[in-house]
Amino acid sequence: MNGLLAIWEALPYLLHGCLYTLIMVIGAMALGLAMGAPMAVGQVYGNRYLRASIGLYVWFFRGVPVLVLLFLFYFGLFTLLDLNLSAFKAATLVLGMSSAAYQSQIFRGAIQSLPRGQFRAASALGMSDFKAISTIVMPQALRLSIPAWSNEYSIVLKDSAVAFVLGVTEIMARTHFVASRTYEHLPLYVAAGGLYYILTWLGVKALLRLERKARIPGYHVH
Amino acid sequence: MSGQNGPVLRVENICKELGGKQILNRVSFSVNKGELLVLVGPSGGGKSTLLQCINFLIPPDSGRVWLDGSEIKIGKKQDLYSFRRQVGMIFQDFNLFDHLNALENVSIALRKVKKWKRDDARERAMAELARVGLADKANLYPAELSGGQKQRVSIARALAMDPKVMLLDEPTSALDPELIGEVLSVIRDLAKGGMTMVMATHQIAFSRSLADGVLFMEDGEIVEQGPIGELLSADAQTRTRAFSAKLNELYEENGS
Repeated sequence: MNGLLAIWEALPYLLHGCLYTLIMVIGAMALGLAMGAPMAVGQVYGNRYLRASIGLYVWFFRGVPVLVLLFLFYFGLFTLLDLNLSAFKAATLVLGMSSAAYQSQIFRGAIQSLPRGQFRAASALGMSDFKAISTIVMPQALRLSIPAWSNEYSIVLKDSAVAFVLGVTEIMARTHFVASRTYEHLPLYVAAGGLYYILTWLGVKALLRLERKARIPGYHVH
Repeated sequence: MSGQNGPVLRVENICKELGGKQILNRVSFSVNKGELLVLVGPSGGGKSTLLQCINFLIPPDSGRVWLDGSEIKIGKKQDLYSFRRQVGMIFQDFNLFDHLNALENVSIALRKVKKWKRDDARERAMAELARVGLADKANLYPAELSGGQKQRVSIARALAMDPKVMLLDEPTSALDPELIGEVLSVIRDLAKGGMTMVMATHQIAFSRSLADGVLFMEDGEIVEQGPIGELLSADAQTRTRAFSAKLNELYEENGS
């Protein structure tokens, strides 16, 4: 009974934390998209040096745990550069840079799965490479990427819990705070898990709608 | 400036080597305004590579190309794009843009390359779709069209750019037999309307009735060229005739 009461009393406070989590995740996903899409294009169409640099970036961000990245940037690089970012901004940035590495590989796969002939047809109509990529390749690649992107959302959402170590007042930090005062650890962490579950479900559901809406009539990916 | 009677398209000494194999060996030809030139010969002979080398979709190792008497310098990107705008390309496997409906497939280059206003592009695209008999399919996506319809959309897409010459790379080879006719009839209308075309094809009967000239390609070289009537005449001892006799045999076998 005490457990339920503790959850009930903490709920507004935890829901407020959801807002931080959500903004952080949406920001990170957006940054990941803004960086990942051009990176994918560079990796498919770029010259050797561009491909190698992007490969290096991906290798680094995929190879290091998010927690280590957070410390590395927040206490390391950002301090060194005297950036003076808030923990919230720093965490969003790091999660976004990390997600960019994964998202670039999602988009790269999607671009490479498209029939090459469409690019050639666009070139034959007098489109520059850039125009062919932006009007013909990417609109299709992004559509194909939605299912994998929805998967990436659910991963970033849960990765965002590590921002708690920097003191970002997101779901995890707030749950930890309430739990350590009320000693109702189990029910409160179950509640936190429930909140992550709901956010995952909502996001995946929204992206599924987007996928259906963006679907090309008659075109099925098997 | 070249005179009215100069060739629309002239190609000289195109060479292309791929993987140590000489795909094209010093290929030269020209096509005059309003002519239909057919490119025949066994598969793997270099027909498709030649067509794609002409508009530099496959960069040739050497060779020169003239359009309306002026040579194409591909070093300057803008010149290359402007050249390609004037050369319509039809592919064997259509290459329609899958995320755009038929109308948008035809209008996209008008809008994005020629910078036309949306309504103007739309109107022109509708006119071109009507020309290939697909006005009622304007809102359908490629996946909702038959092969023959896809190829007709791709022809409309090329026509919308007002090309000076069209290159057709076996436009009916990927089609079911019963769909070949509708595409050939569109091409026939174009030929009669005076469109300058170079077409790789195995449709000998069609070529015989419409083509002005034949280029017979084998092993990367043009081994025979001339008016189609001469190369196919009953007493001609030509590769072209031997090859088309083989094709006829094949079709008769299939037909029985």
